[in-house]
Amino acid sequence: MLTAHKQDHPLAKDFTDKIDGILTAHDNDPTQIVNILLDVQDLTELHYVPEPAAYYIAQKIGVKITTIYDCLTFYSSLSEHPRAKYPIQICNSIVCRVNDSDSVFSHLKELLGIDIGEVTYDGRFTLESVPCFGACDQAPAIRINGKVYGHLDSHQKVLQLLDTFI
Amino acid sequence: MEMVNITINNIPLQVEKGTKIIEAAKKINIDIPHLCYHPDQRVKAHCRICSVEVVGKRRLLAACSTDVWEGMEVHTDTPIVKDTQVGILQLILADHDQNCLSCPRNQNCDLQKLCSRFNIQNPPLPNINKPQPIIDTNPSIVRDPAKCIKCGRCIRACKDVQGIAALTYANRSDKIVVTTAYNKPMEDTDCILCGQCSLVCPTGAIVEKDDTQKVLDVLLDPTKHVVVQVAPSIRVSLGDAFNLPKGALVTGQMVTALKMLGFDRVFDTNFAADLTIMEEGAEFIDRLQHGGKLPMITSCSPGWVNFIEKHYGNYIDHLSSTKSPMSIFGPVMKIYYAQKAGIDPKDMVTVSIMPCTAKKFEAARPEMKKDGTPYVDIVLTTRELTKLIKYVGLNFENLTESEFDSPHSIGSGAGAIFGNTGGVMEAALRTVYEKFTGKTLEKLEFESVRGLDGIKEATLNLEGTEVRVAVAHTLKNARTIMEQIKAGTCNYHFIEIMACPGGCIGGGGQPIGTTNAIRRERMAALYELDRKLPYRKSHENPEIIALYDEFFGKPASQKAHELLHTHYHKIKKEYEFE
Amino acid sequence: MSNEIRFITKNFHEYDTSSIDSYIGIGGFKALQKAVSMDGEDIASLIAKAGVKGRGGAAYDMGRKWSQARAVPGERKVIICNADEGEPCTFKDRELISNDPFNLIESMIIAGYTVRAQDGYIYMREEYSHLRPLLQKAIHQTEAKGFLGKNILGRGFEFNIHLYSGAGAYVCGEGTALIRSIEGKAGRPRMKPPFIKQSGLFALPTCVNNVESLSIVPHLLLDEKNFYISQGSGESIGTKLVSVGGNVRHPGVFEIPFGTTVREIIYNLAGGLQDDRKLRLIQFGGASGKIANSDILDTPYTYEDLKKSGVTVGSGAILVIDDRTSVLDFLRITQEFFSHESCGQCTPCREGNLHIKLLLNKLAKGEAKHRDIDTLTKIAKIMTMSSLCGLGESAQNALLSAMRVFPETFDVGGAE
Repeated sequence: MLTAHKQDHPLAKDFTDKIDGILTAHDNDPTQIVNILLDVQDLTELHYVPEPAAYYIAQKIGVKITTIYDCLTFYSSLSEHPRAKYPIQICNSIVCRVNDSDSVFSHLKELLGIDIGEVTYDGRFTLESVPCFGACDQAPAIRINGKVYGHLDSHQKVLQLLDTFI
Repeated sequence: MEMVNITINNIPLQVEKGTKIIEAAKKINIDIPHLCYHPDQRVKAHCRICSVEVVGKRRLLAACSTDVWEGMEVHTDTPIVKDTQVGILQLILADHDQNCLSCPRNQNCDLQKLCSRFNIQNPPLPNINKPQPIIDTNPSIVRDPAKCIKCGRCIRACKDVQGIAALTYANRSDKIVVTTAYNKPMEDTDCILCGQCSLVCPTGAIVEKDDTQKVLDVLLDPTKHVVVQVAPSIRVSLGDAFNLPKGALVTGQMVTALKMLGFDRVFDTNFAADLTIMEEGAEFIDRLQHGGKLPMITSCSPGWVNFIEKHYGNYIDHLSSTKSPMSIFGPVMKIYYAQKAGIDPKDMVTVSIMPCTAKKFEAARPEMKKDGTPYVDIVLTTRELTKLIKYVGLNFENLTESEFDSPHSIGSGAGAIFGNTGGVMEAALRTVYEKFTGKTLEKLEFESVRGLDGIKEATLNLEGTEVRVAVAHTLKNARTIMEQIKAGTCNYHFIEIMACPGGCIGGGGQPIGTTNAIRRERMAALYELDRKLPYRKSHENPEIIALYDEFFGKPASQKAHELLHTHYHKIKKEYEFE
Repeated sequence: MSNEIRFITKNFHEYDTSSIDSYIGIGGFKALQKAVSMDGEDIASLIAKAGVKGRGGAAYDMGRKWSQARAVPGERKVIICNADEGEPCTFKDRELISNDPFNLIESMIIAGYTVRAQDGYIYMREEYSHLRPLLQKAIHQTEAKGFLGKNILGRGFEFNIHLYSGAGAYVCGEGTALIRSIEGKAGRPRMKPPFIKQSGLFALPTCVNNVESLSIVPHLLLDEKNFYISQGSGESIGTKLVSVGGNVRHPGVFEIPFGTTVREIIYNLAGGLQDDRKLRLIQFGGASGKIANSDILDTPYTYEDLKKSGVTVGSGAILVIDDRTSVLDFLRITQEFFSHESCGQCTPCREGNLHIKLLLNKLAKGEAKHRDIDTLTKIAKIMTMSSLCGLGESAQNALLSAMRVFPETFDVGGAE
């Protein structure tokens, strides 16, 4: 029926304080919603915008929640679902593909024991297949939390890279 | 107005500058196929099925979004145009749930019409439509995403007309969907169930909840005494579905049809509208004289009531406590009429024909029930009534005319215009003036509250007391008013708000194809009806006078308060932050 | 980098990109000083005379664009730098931003002065977020020096630069989508008109320029020896950044004079094919570009010559594919890209990309019939002819050109 159920205040105070800081930095300007969401996503350990946070932002700066939801689902770099502490983005575009990114992918799958879209048991890694991020001169390349790791042309290099995160 | 010369399929014509190709073509009776285009909405140019050839242009242009220019040569019938239009139709069709025979919009579907027009047989593409559950969680609106063609009309209606934006696109590419935020059921979002989305949907992706079978069942049950009431606006919209002129007044045929359908009594909601005015008028005078909450705002429109409950819950006490005509009629039928006719209310079924999807929700509200039994059992929209008439095979256009049944057969002109934006206010002012001053109102027409302007105002001098009134339709305009109230800058005494554009004549349950041009025709028809009626003020309706004499005593009596008034509640949202 | 031509890339590695003083030390902001002593119209015509064409892909005459933007009436106007470099195998703007951020900023101020705009937006793709601190710092330093803000160089003109991040959507490289993104919406393109130059960001007259296009301007203003216009010929004057990738030994960004042959670019600058393998195909201009076979190798890299050979400059990308990848696999990978990146609102692009993906898969499985090839062609043409924006229009360039250049790929054998 029309009666939506009231939830207990679902956001921790220190989190809303941080969101408030981001909103202030963006002048509480609703047109800056895409960049606000990117910044809020960076606040979270699992790199996503939690649903209550989205409603909080919507109410704070007067944006329709549908606009936020549209942005979260439209833009590949935004997520409405928890990802992982280290989302590993494997380039699936042509340059990396013809430089054997398939092997990078299979090494990662084997080493982490997960497939695309899955998360390791400890919540640290997930594998994401993404389009070209402009590191074609370092193909095959992956990207983790904004940083590019290129020339991953051997099992050894993939293993060494993963080691730096453990 | 600057004119430009163009040709369409080598036919020369002159049209106003700024005309879109699709509209120019209409002038020479060429219907360029379209799906996302809607004359009342801003251009989307999404579906591309209106692509036409313009000489000198490398690519095809969308006829819905391209302005004509001097010397433009348009072709709508060349092979490339037809290949493209048919190709696009096939692309849409391949991602459409094609169970057309059991679709609520069967034979009333823009996509189906185009398939028929282009003689689509043996489509070359595999159907890639994925089965998806029908979303059927509220009493008003049903969504069937597998039928959605992503045209965006519903989104525009919800956002641009109503300012609600409960619906949105989400995702992209072939995963794009029209949905709510986080795919929540509509009733858990900002949606107020007005149904304007269902009115503009070209397919069966958003439809009213169909309750026709319930009505057919009770009509066939000999133990039930089934009575029906018909809202003021239905008599000027029902004819649309039977190819009668827009705004045609079909009261007589409609009553005949309802009787032939098997209803035991056919009552006029216009009568109940007069009753609402009696109570609401008394309520307003009381608030005015005794320092009650002002401005008082009408509560006839359930979409609007849902809106204030959800979005301005702290201002509920501005709402009139008088029930809407439909809901005020419920107890009158189940108590007063039942007594008079010697029928046990338990054996009665009350049906209402409404222009509105939100009325289905209103009837189901706990406040509108007595001991768990609703006063109004089943609500049908205009569209569902059309289906029933077709179901029993009536040749509606040729039906003879019949009269409503006593004791609820008379509606005044004031009741008649309830269907228009401004109509409730005008009706109320006629009664308030005479009740307050004891004088006769010379000029009954309040022209300043008529028409399709978003917010209209008028001032009424009640023997030295200036009463400022306002009329708003669509929730976008309602929001403007509410923000004034919130800011303390609203100096009106009395406000009428209708959720739908044009009021009930433009309601979300009205026939598919309702546009603003058609809304104007319907409005004119209701004002014309008012002009011709013998009684034009609610308090002069003899059946109303009899009802008070026999049953309620006087307006705002204790009995009236018990049965004819109600109360509303603020609705808590799922997330609210201080 | 090639060390042969350095005009647009002149400043690369010549200064400390984190220091405005270092930039000024190598002559930074001299072009701005010169610009503000000129009439805006003269700046636009200087660019027009040099024949600079937009480097984002559309190759629109840049001088004309600035001149039109200047002439559009409006109290407030906007300059947008499109740094949403999303075409696969394109990374020249990345190099320009990371190696010469101040030059870009200087150029935007000049653009603002020329077209009488007060606000500049750099819309940079999220994938380049690692460059954001560098660029933001450069903007702050420029503000602190007074080259941004009110009354710049005492000339009474005001200009501010805002850095805005994309969020992972190739379609936002399209002007109207980019604008919607900055306006706080999902980046779905809208129909034109209204044209961006008249009603763009926040409905203000807006002039959108690619990073490379902008980066040329300061150098051009100071090019007293007319080096730039001495390079290339005809419609293709000056120098150009190309990004070469795929199966080449030394992928990278190279500045070339127009007229360099494709062979020289691939074999001399990019080191030739890995393991000296055989060339299968070359795609020019990114995923939305057309493809060619080895017949194109001796074609000079110019707008005119490439066009004659059935391809275009586009984003400046040159993707080299060797014989380990089939034409069909190449097309399927490219198709996956568009099937992911279509915004989904217009029918031909949303549904067309999906069906083409299915048909290419069918072809790869050996299950396609003549009728499927016909359908493939038909959908590709519908997309090209009737999509709402450039993404849908160009998404099947690769397929349609492959049908011309590699017809055998689509030969499904015997009649049905």
